[in-house]
Amino acid sequence: MNTRFAALFVWIFVISLLLPTCGTPAAVAPSQAKEVKAVIGFTASQTGKLNVESTRQTNGLNLWMKQVNEAGGVKLKDGSVVKFESKFYDDESNSARVQELYTRLVTEDNASFLISPYSSGLADAAAVIAEQYGKIMITTGAASDSTYKKGYTLVYQAYTPASKYLTGAIDLLKSTDPAVKKIAIVHENDKFSTDVSNALNDYAKAQGYEVALFEGYDTGTTDFAPFINKIQEVAPDAILGGGHFQDGSTFAKQLYEKKVALKFVALLVAPPEPTFAEIGEASLGIIGPSQWEPQVVFNADSAQKAGLSFYGPAAADFVSAYKASANGEEPSYHAAGGYIAGLILQKAIEEAGTLDTQAVKAVLDKMDVMTFFGHIRFEAGADSHGLQTGHSMVYIQWQNDDAGKLVKEVVWPAEGATSGIKYPIR
Amino acid sequence: MQLFAFLIDGLLIGFVYGIAAMGMTLIWGVMNVINLAHGPIIALGCFGVYLLATQLGLHPYLALLIVAPLGLVAGMLFYRLAIQRVIDAPRLSSLLATFAINMIVIGLGTAAFSTNPRALDVQLGSLSFGPVTILGTRLVAALASIATAAGLYWFLYHTRPGKYVRAVTNNRAAAELVGIPSQQVLALSFGLGCMLAAVSGALIATFFPFTILSGDVYQQKSFVIGVMGGLGHPLGALLGGLILGMMEGLLPAFLPTTWVPVFEFVLFVIILLVRPAGLFGGKK
Amino acid sequence: MNPWRHPGLWITLALTLGLGLWPVVLQKAALRETIFTILLSVALASSLNIILGYAGYISFGHVVFFGLGGYVGLYLMNTLGLSLWVALLAGGLAAALLAFLLGKAILRLRGAYFALATIGVNEAMRAFINNFAPFGGATGISLNFKVYQAYGGAANALWLVYTILLVTTLAMILISHIVKNSKFGLGLMAIREDEDAAEVMGVITPNAKTWAYVLSAVLPGMLGVLFYFKNGNIEPGDAFRLSSSIELLVMIMLGGAGTVLGPVIGAAGYQALRGFLLTNALFKNIQLSVAGILLLLIILFIPVGAVGWLRRRFPALRRLLP
Repeated sequence: MNTRFAALFVWIFVISLLLPTCGTPAAVAPSQAKEVKAVIGFTASQTGKLNVESTRQTNGLNLWMKQVNEAGGVKLKDGSVVKFESKFYDDESNSARVQELYTRLVTEDNASFLISPYSSGLADAAAVIAEQYGKIMITTGAASDSTYKKGYTLVYQAYTPASKYLTGAIDLLKSTDPAVKKIAIVHENDKFSTDVSNALNDYAKAQGYEVALFEGYDTGTTDFAPFINKIQEVAPDAILGGGHFQDGSTFAKQLYEKKVALKFVALLVAPPEPTFAEIGEASLGIIGPSQWEPQVVFNADSAQKAGLSFYGPAAADFVSAYKASANGEEPSYHAAGGYIAGLILQKAIEEAGTLDTQAVKAVLDKMDVMTFFGHIRFEAGADSHGLQTGHSMVYIQWQNDDAGKLVKEVVWPAEGATSGIKYPIR
Repeated sequence: MQLFAFLIDGLLIGFVYGIAAMGMTLIWGVMNVINLAHGPIIALGCFGVYLLATQLGLHPYLALLIVAPLGLVAGMLFYRLAIQRVIDAPRLSSLLATFAINMIVIGLGTAAFSTNPRALDVQLGSLSFGPVTILGTRLVAALASIATAAGLYWFLYHTRPGKYVRAVTNNRAAAELVGIPSQQVLALSFGLGCMLAAVSGALIATFFPFTILSGDVYQQKSFVIGVMGGLGHPLGALLGGLILGMMEGLLPAFLPTTWVPVFEFVLFVIILLVRPAGLFGGKK
Repeated sequence: MNPWRHPGLWITLALTLGLGLWPVVLQKAALRETIFTILLSVALASSLNIILGYAGYISFGHVVFFGLGGYVGLYLMNTLGLSLWVALLAGGLAAALLAFLLGKAILRLRGAYFALATIGVNEAMRAFINNFAPFGGATGISLNFKVYQAYGGAANALWLVYTILLVTTLAMILISHIVKNSKFGLGLMAIREDEDAAEVMGVITPNAKTWAYVLSAVLPGMLGVLFYFKNGNIEPGDAFRLSSSIELLVMIMLGGAGTVLGPVIGAAGYQALRGFLLTNALFKNIQLSVAGILLLLIILFIPVGAVGWLRRRFPALRRLLP
């Protein structure tokens, strides 16, 4: 009963949504038009360390595909209708097989378009294949800037790049407490977090901050005690950095247990995850950058204000559809990222009216649109072609609501904030 | 004073590393097998406590007492299934047999638990002396490690099966000649080694998050510690654990933390070269 | 007997060449990628077999040479703008030099102590490269897509890489065969059976072992350059993955250590099996466990590997299975 109700709900909102926004495609009865299949190829990390985030991303992508197909597919210029089909393999969270699998997707499974694996390292490996075989690839869950500085022409980034992940946190700190000048940057020593922290370091210094400690820790670190001792020696007011979920939540927990006196903590990746609250009190006050949060509303109004058109479902509709499809799980930004990758392709194919790579590429190069995920625009110049230039991060903070329950509030940028910042945190 | 904080943190965690390494070095001493399934068994120890605590609501320290004998049984089972047939074969066979167990456990563990990090929230408060804060969980873990090590020594020196284990360690052929059932003793020793791994995993679960893949880090540390303390030398392993813990605690005070493993492993190779019997002597 | 007239060698070479030419004849890129993975494993396993199968030294650090070669090669191509050919040469040389220096030090250790030391070397190397700024530290090195232009565009570059790999693999099999049938190889096998006795018999064991180690390191160094050139980027975690080395041991074990054909069959069989398990719906979620169970069964019941088993079971085949 429950699932049937949910399915009905999904149906109703999908139809109500696609009718006004996409115009004709949904109105055309699929039986009248010639149907063509477009295979969307990707690899997912079903095993290995990236399994959790990757699975969410895949769920989001699958939801998009189900919705677009159920709504009748995408109509092309020649009158035929495209229905999408996914083809994917397990990459084991390991770049060793990514290239073999992507080559197979392109040559054996005849994928028309590619979506990247989760994580910058794997996406980097896949991007080479996409470019070598002349296929468009939308990268999602892959934020490193470096992928787009390697001369690719067909790779497009859905996420805000790593270099802009934490710069907003500096702006937030500056607007909250201009007196604070001494910060520490502590980050995981991997490609993504290092890219983030190097950009952050430059930005912080340019803003007049003293970076008292700038250091990396190894991937997989569980014991932050030596680090925390080091932090206490320099006694900064704020800590920025982090890496991925496990190390970020552990770091936050141990900072709390060791009673480090801090006014401001902003960490990568971990805080926006709903499960971050499992560390209890220790999560209170921790700030994290997020690609997307359900509370931040981008809609036709905000699009109009920005002089853009709005495309795709509203955030609330995405959230409820995702919950219905994933056993009630709240969508994290990884899930939204998977969905948006599909939506970007859909929009580009619709406008191009063909599945031809060059025509779709031409549309993507010029794309400038607002979605529930935020503003989407790509760098078209050769230097960093495909880099995301429209989208920006939001910053969340874990706070206590009136009942004393831990809740995630958006605290930056100011125009999208759902609550004031809790400052200093302890 | 701040340096003292670095030292204390390292020492406390060093005891837990020591227990993990004791298991590895015990197995090596008795049967000359490098157990490549050591890491996954440590991870299973973490999950054992986690499941007992979250599913049955047991206190993690109570769960530890259940996980320990489970580790013993699992180890004896692994020995019978995988090691017994290859114990006298060329060394590569026993190495790969333990690695096969590693693959099986990791594969099933990933399917069952995913690689989502898990954590137990054990709060025992903390003691503070100026800038030095000692966490209750780590203090308890260190004490539990000492108790485990003491228990192992009592077993090895004061019980008949324990004396058999020592006899087989010294000379298996001679032990067989005097009628010691060597296969049973070998199975028992492998079980004991796995029990120590499981106990260390269970203790780790009380303060660090873990996944089914987490064991690898501690396995590598066990190799380093085992070699420092002298392979086949359980007490040496405990001391080696303390040294490694101290290094990990103190070195970051003087150089970037990511350089610590470079020092660790270079030191490891150097010890193998110049003092293969370990820093404290022992069986060569 | 003159090693060149050994029919088994020609059968092995013909089999490998046939496998290698298959995607060339069909001109299918996906097949080429599959065979690429297999050939790469064949070459790496054969190279490891020299120190492991012939000399009896278990190394867990073979991937160090592969990773180091890759780093040196990409550094030269990306930072200094040198050609793939120079990079290949330099990668091989760097690996050989490392093997020589390491060999002088750790080959004194025997049995499990050597095996442990190789683990230490692998981990120390990874941790070091992770901190080594010229090689990009944790971020690694990425090639600009433009480098493929010099080799006729990306599509051509991939075929070129494949051809080089095929030639290298054939060369590795040939080297493996020549070593096995040489006085040098006999010395290594004497070391494997009893090192002290070999010393007494006049084998200068430290030199023999060191050169065997160097010989087993050169091709992995070059293949590292090739693989990461194709891959486009290199990172420390992937370049020095301990389990990659262990996979090579498994392959040799499957095929039969100390034989020429064994690593070839073992590597091909292992990769084909993994490829099947990964893409098969039934086993996809537990493929690692299934592979582990198969490995265990083989160790327990066919410890001499496929080639060893065939040789024992069918003595008439001995001349054909080197």
